[in-house]
Parts: sequence; structure tokens; C-alpha cells
Amino acid sequence: MAEFTLPKNSKIKPGKKHTPATPPKNPRTFKVYRWSPDDDQNPQLDEYVIDMAECGPMVLDALIKIKNEVDSTLTFRRSCREGICGSCAMNIDGTNTLACTKAIDEVKGDVAIYPLPHMPVVKDLVPDLKHIYAQLASVEPWLKTETNPPNRERLQSVEEREKLDGLWECILCFCCSTSCPSYWWNSDRYLGPAVLLQSYRWLADSRDEATGERLDDLEDPFKLYRCHTIMNCTNTCPKGLNPAKAIAETKKMMLARQG
Amino acid sequence: MASAERPLSPHLQVYRPQWTSVLSISHRATGVALSAGAVVLVWWLAAAAGSAEYYASFQGIAGSVIGQLLLFGWTFCLMYHLCNGLRHLMWDAGHWLELEQARKSGTHVVITSVALTVICWIAGYAAM
Repeated sequence: MAEFTLPKNSKIKPGKKHTPATPPKNPRTFKVYRWSPDDDQNPQLDEYVIDMAECGPMVLDALIKIKNEVDSTLTFRRSCREGICGSCAMNIDGTNTLACTKAIDEVKGDVAIYPLPHMPVVKDLVPDLKHIYAQLASVEPWLKTETNPPNRERLQSVEEREKLDGLWECILCFCCSTSCPSYWWNSDRYLGPAVLLQSYRWLADSRDEATGERLDDLEDPFKLYRCHTIMNCTNTCPKGLNPAKAIAETKKMMLARQG
Repeated sequence: MASAERPLSPHLQVYRPQWTSVLSISHRATGVALSAGAVVLVWWLAAAAGSAEYYASFQGIAGSVIGQLLLFGWTFCLMYHLCNGLRHLMWDAGHWLELEQARKSGTHVVITSVALTVICWIAGYAAM
């Protein structure tokens, strides 16, 4: 059911303001969502004034600077810092993206940073991904075959391989799924754009021999068909992929096999 | 280990309205408005099929400034829902799904539905 407001324990309160002792040359304010499981408080929005003269260009640089120099309790996921691991996915300036590839310059005014939307929060900017990982596992995202394995690799033509372009590049950051209003309100049963793109990655694979079963599994009012082609997913994907198109192609496959 | 219940991260509250989601929710909103409008349409037809006095009373309400504003709104809802419905039809057939195409078709839907609404009303007044 669509719930437009936040539950009582999730409402965001004003937080602490951290300003540097010496006035910064080029100040920039970062408003960061904070919540700790340890103090029985509601989430709050802390403000950090950072001197851009002494900070790297990306939002992740600012978060690391805050953690290193201002407030070591600030918690977020990060790893590769170059848009390839998907760990630092978060809501920055109102849209979902990777903190490591989002330039601070792209944001006008204060930089607001929240965890990925409509997810249970583990701490600060770290969302609980247990449910979405379970959904990913449910589409069995691996090659399934029945025929005997050949003596060498299972070959694909160049054209067959091209069908996987725009699908294999997904880094599972879940920016798309958590930008989708339908996923916000139906995530208990709707798989969401990220998982459906992964599902289509195997439906589109010429080597996979479980297409029928995969489509059978999606034949459900919720898993696939809660996509209403809103396209927030494609609009927000930090890798420039098109989950909406992958879902539309899946719907076409569903229809085509009905004859 | 603390076992505080995990809060839900903000969604509608912080997600900036996107052209994608605004066009989409408008499709739904105009659909809801048209459902309400269908009741008025039945009322209109019932009035026409009823007596001259009944029709005159309906005409009085529909012809008032507020009535006309509502009818104008419903005309736009119809045109928008129709044009965007065609866009959805194209999507379902697997076309226009690239972001640039979706942006272009969305702009066309808004322009066309406004134009059709205005044309409809000019034609209506001209015929009076």
C-alpha cells in the first residue's frame, strides 16, 4: 500500500551544526542524514561546513573528509571511488547516484545527502539491502543449461553477444530500484528495475536454456507488472543503463510466447 | 547490541520531482479526474434524455464560469490522458524507450494536449 508519510520513528529532526574554527575560504554546507541504532533517537539532519579549498571534487571526497576530520562516527559504504563497485549509492541533491562520481559543483546550494530512499536504515547512509539481495537471488542470476556441456566454451555470435550490452554493465548499486515510486510502495512483491534488469540479462542470453522457466516465474501480477514505465530508473542510473527498456523487453517476451 | 527498530529512509519527502515521474503521476491523476468526469457525462446524457427543464438546469450549472472551468479542465485531462496513453502504447510495443526519446515524446504529449484542448474550445465557441 502506498504510504506517503514516514513512520513515527523515521521522521527527521534537525541535527547538529559543525562549523570549522577558522573561517573557510570557500565554504560549502553538507546536510547529512544521521541515525544510530545505539541511542534510541529519531534520524536527524546534521550540517557540516567544509572548506572546498581543501576538499576533493566529488561528494564522496567531502564525506571522507567529514569522517576523517570532523566526525568519525559518520557511517557510509564506499570502496572503489571510481563508479565501478556501486557501494556509495545514495540520494544526493534529490536524486540517487554514486557519491564517488557526483561532482559537488553539479549541486546548487547546500548539498543534501540521504540514504537510498524507502529502505530500512542500518546506520546513517547505510541502507539494509537484505531484501533486495534476496529478490536478486530469486531470479537465479546465473547461466542455466540442460544440454551436455560442450568440450569448449558455449559460443555466441557477435549479434547474440551484442544483446547483452547495456545489461552486463550493471553494478547493482540499486539507485534505480530505490528511485522507483512503484518499488517504494510494492517492494514486498514487485522485484524492481535493478533485479528485473538482471533477470532480463539472462533472458537475453543466447546460451541460457531456462528462458521458459524464467518467464513462468515472472508470470505474476506483482513481480514484473508493477512496472508502470515511470522511467525514474533509467533517468537516475549512474551507469547510463536502461532498466525500463529491459523490463519492456521482458513484457514483450511474455506476450510473444502466448502466441 | 542495540536492537532499535530500523527507521525507513525518506522517499517522497526528499526525491526531487523528475520529468519522468511528473508525467507519469499526471497520467494517473488525469485518469482519476476522467473517472469523476464520466459521472458528470452520465448526468449530462441523463439530462438530455430527460425533460427540457432538467436539461436547462444542467446547462445552467455547466455553463457557469465554474462549470466551464471544470469542463475545460476535463477537456485537458482527456487530451493528456489520450496522448500519453498513445505514448504508453508505443512503450508497450517496445518503442521510444531511450531516455531522449521518452523526453521528446513527453514534451510532445504536453504540447499536443494543450493545443488540442484549446482547439476544442475554440471550435466549441465558434459553433455556438
